[in-house]
Amino acid sequence: MISPDTLQARFQCHFDQFALDVDLNLPGSGITAIFGHSGCGKTTLLRCIAGLQTAQGQLSVLGEAWQTPQESWPVHKRPLAYVFQDTSLFPHLSVRKNLLYGYRRVPAGQRKITPEQVYDWLGLEPLLERMPAGLSGGERQRVAIGRALLTSPRLLLMDEPLSALDHQSKQDILPYLERLRDSLAIPVLYVSHSTSEVARLADHIVMMDRGQVIAQGPLQETLARTDQPFRLEEDAGVVLDGEIAEVDAQWQLSKVVFNGGELWLRHHDHLTMGMSVRVQVLARDVSIALHEHRGQSIQNLLPATVDHIAREVVPGITLVRLLAGDTAFLARLTSRSAHQLQLTPGLRVWLQIKSVALAD
Amino acid sequence: MSPEWQAVWLTLKLAGITTLLLLFIGTPIAWWLARTQHWLRQPIAAIVALPLVLPPTVLGFYLLIVMGPDGAIGQLTDSLGLGLLPFTFEGLVVASVIYSLPFTVQPLQTAFLSLNENLLEAAATLRASAWDRFFSIAIPLARPGFLTAAVLSFAHTIGEFGVILMIGGSIPGETRVLSVAIFDHVEALEYAQAHWLSAGMLVFSFVVLVTLYTLNGRFQPGVVR
Repeated sequence: MISPDTLQARFQCHFDQFALDVDLNLPGSGITAIFGHSGCGKTTLLRCIAGLQTAQGQLSVLGEAWQTPQESWPVHKRPLAYVFQDTSLFPHLSVRKNLLYGYRRVPAGQRKITPEQVYDWLGLEPLLERMPAGLSGGERQRVAIGRALLTSPRLLLMDEPLSALDHQSKQDILPYLERLRDSLAIPVLYVSHSTSEVARLADHIVMMDRGQVIAQGPLQETLARTDQPFRLEEDAGVVLDGEIAEVDAQWQLSKVVFNGGELWLRHHDHLTMGMSVRVQVLARDVSIALHEHRGQSIQNLLPATVDHIAREVVPGITLVRLLAGDTAFLARLTSRSAHQLQLTPGLRVWLQIKSVALAD
Repeated sequence: MSPEWQAVWLTLKLAGITTLLLLFIGTPIAWWLARTQHWLRQPIAAIVALPLVLPPTVLGFYLLIVMGPDGAIGQLTDSLGLGLLPFTFEGLVVASVIYSLPFTVQPLQTAFLSLNENLLEAAATLRASAWDRFFSIAIPLARPGFLTAAVLSFAHTIGEFGVILMIGGSIPGETRVLSVAIFDHVEALEYAQAHWLSAGMLVFSFVVLVTLYTLNGRFQPGVVR
């Protein structure tokens, strides 16, 4: 059955050292992160969806069948846009001609966005007459995003658009991507191996490992699962949404209140009282104590209840899910500590959170 | 027109027409060679390169035979009412196209091989069909290759001698190109005329190569990958 408001993809393809075998049913709006270590098949999946990689399977996007076992639309007939990791700007064309390359090839009746809107939105006006070779990494990526959007795509594919950029350029681009998420009605598939990018941008997540999908679903719920991906165990962690309730100017800290408690994080200048923020807490930064210890350096202590214990996710490591109010946290412990603490579901404990990072 | 200027004009006309034809014929061959995995790729590449290693007389000899009254091409052209090609200007064009083919195909093949595949893929996701990608991305980015191919083919055709002597002879206004004219002058011990034409060729070849290297040097920034 083809559903009119989701993206359904089923692909199988085999290479010498690697096989991709996925079956996905993704929401038809918002950003879905495709997350996993390099070599897990994220990019291959994106290429299959674009038609750049031939694979057996089926693909339907918002009710339209792009690929069936009998028929597959060629790349240039698929109404999608692809933002490449290396930007792939055409070196012989000016920025303006790069931006209009796809726009001119879309029939006038199907255009939903004007060049002026895109120039304005991505701040491209000053770059239009320049050649791609003269642009900085961040500028190139903005042009690549603009060029993609100007085809009025029904699906946007982004392959690690930030991975080649330095920290500052990433910080410059992220707000544009957030605006994209908030104002574009089309689904975006965003390939990334960065937990912080995923935490900041995604609504949904697909976790991949060795060519297979190991978990998919809404971001917060999926991140808090303990049956995930054991090669991703180092990156395991949760994100939670809260509000700034207090700013301590003397110690440069801000307090975030969320459903289930409060956390202190390092103050950033743009944080103001009442602001909604998303923070990320990695499982490796959370430890568990049976009693409230005050004489220690960790600022964030939360009472919580043990919810689920996943022993030996990798040899010697136990992943514990805990609930503080309605909010789930993950803690990554050695199996010996888990055993010595005699953790069982329902046990009341204290979470000691060593680090809280702002995702927004 | 003096016989000397006639020879110069004929040479330029031959080289010009040959180069133009070669760009049309050589481009698809080079594109195919650069992109195919087909088992015929190596044999075809070898056939294209043959004129580089064969003595021009061998090539000329076989062309004379196949284009002659008993050859396959000769019978075809004859039955089409075109007459026979040996000892005509058209025959020289056909021979020159074959003789200079590697000088067109090889620079183009190198240029196509160095194209960044990602750019063609990006163009496909921007709604460009295969033809559209070829004309809007591949050809402009291979521009230095086209320039090299055109200049080398032109210059190589001008310098051609053995093949022409075999299938064209020395008919003024029809097949008596510069290199043949120089040979005739030397045979007749007219060293002064031979000097003029030879020096002219030398200067011309030098200017062509300098121009080529300068232009290609200037194009380099355009092909940053």
